[in-house]
Amino acid sequence: MIGADLSVFPDAVEFVFDERSLILEKTWDHLLLSGAAMGIALLLALPLGVWLGHLHRGSFIAINLSNVGRALPSLAVIAIGIAFLGIGFKNITFALVVLAVPPILTNAYVAVDEVEPEAVEAARGMGMTRSQILLRVEIPMALPLIFAGIRTAVVFVVATATIAAVAGGGGLGDIIVNQAAYGLEGVVGAAICVSLLALAADAALGSVQRLLTPPGLRAGTHALEPDVTTGVTRL
Amino acid sequence: MKPFLAQEPVIPDFGEASDCVTENRLFCPDWVRDNWAGVIQPALLEHIKLTLIAVAIGFVLAFAAAVLTHRYRLFEAPVTIFSAVVYTIPSLALFQLLVPVTGLTVTTVEIALVGYTLLIIFRNTLEGLRGVPPEVLEAARGMGYTRAQTLWRVELPLAVPAMIAGLRVAIVSTIALATVAALVIPEGLGYPIFLALREAFKTEIIVAGGLAVGLALVADGLLVILQRALTPWARVRRTA
Repeated sequence: MIGADLSVFPDAVEFVFDERSLILEKTWDHLLLSGAAMGIALLLALPLGVWLGHLHRGSFIAINLSNVGRALPSLAVIAIGIAFLGIGFKNITFALVVLAVPPILTNAYVAVDEVEPEAVEAARGMGMTRSQILLRVEIPMALPLIFAGIRTAVVFVVATATIAAVAGGGGLGDIIVNQAAYGLEGVVGAAICVSLLALAADAALGSVQRLLTPPGLRAGTHALEPDVTTGVTRL
Repeated sequence: MKPFLAQEPVIPDFGEASDCVTENRLFCPDWVRDNWAGVIQPALLEHIKLTLIAVAIGFVLAFAAAVLTHRYRLFEAPVTIFSAVVYTIPSLALFQLLVPVTGLTVTTVEIALVGYTLLIIFRNTLEGLRGVPPEVLEAARGMGYTRAQTLWRVELPLAVPAMIAGLRVAIVSTIALATVAALVIPEGLGYPIFLALREAFKTEIIVAGGLAVGLALVADGLLVILQRALTPWARVRRTA
């Protein structure tokens, strides 16, 4: 521990290659945990946010929920989840869902709520039904912002799933909190893997976003990339 | 007391604990009463202190960098890259990376916490300064303001909402990150949380965890009020 120098970084890369099977196993756990939490959060938050935005109702709840959600310290949320639900995969997933819902819900709400009224008007003038307006006008136009929320959430969830290790949740955090067993190079190596995983998830969602965006709306969407500074509390 | 990282597992000494505590029920008011002054309150105060020091230092550094960057554009790339790189390091790892350099000390914790505030405050301050409408700057020049006068009397006041928005995110996320600081020093609300997690002692988890959540929410609310008080013109515009 004493006499740190920058050689810890090459050592960390070496650790990742030497301990491939360990890293792969922990990465897989990490992905499962993050994926489960994101899946549940999406199922809960997306329909609700889009629906409230479509009705232009509930702005108070939708906006304030994200402020409250951003304020929640993840370690405390996970700890409280353990006190109520016990240690394990389920309660950590629950805590991660609590942390992932606000950015997704708020962005979905704001995105649909702020679709240009003229476009909705025009669609109505063309004789579209309410559901057609929602599916073919509002959601496509809202996609960039909706995805900004999902991408903020996924980066956050992948980073926070690290804390799961404190609660016996597995994942790459197991290595990060166990310097005694894996050494500083293991800690740094696993941390690099977490960062790469978060970046990869973000990039993958970016590709999905491009695929889902109708060609006519593709230009200019890059202006709405997720902004880290307005993101969420991080761990 | 030793920090979490440096500690050997201990067999909990329950002393003359009540049935509630020995059975580890969900919430034991008597434990809270007995340990408020000795465990919980000091942790809460330490937490607030850690947060305030980090945000104050972070604000001074990021504010100076933002004002410099606003004047001299060439600072933008290095400052942004540096603060963004720091921001992406997971906190659990950053604390451990700093320990060999600065030891199991408050300094280690504060360096990490300050590092995480930089990007948020820097970006928001710079955006606020750049968001001042050109007509306003024109008018200031027309009134014969010097560059420094324009900065202090026109640009900075107009940047206050963006700056406070940044400060708000910075404070709230620092409160969250300071819980992880307990890995390095036996201070802050994270310390009782980590210790209680090891024994799965529910009352302590709920009290310390709940206080951390409550502290973040209260801080967030106070900053909203501060923002309203400092920018009365924003409220007028909204009601007009």
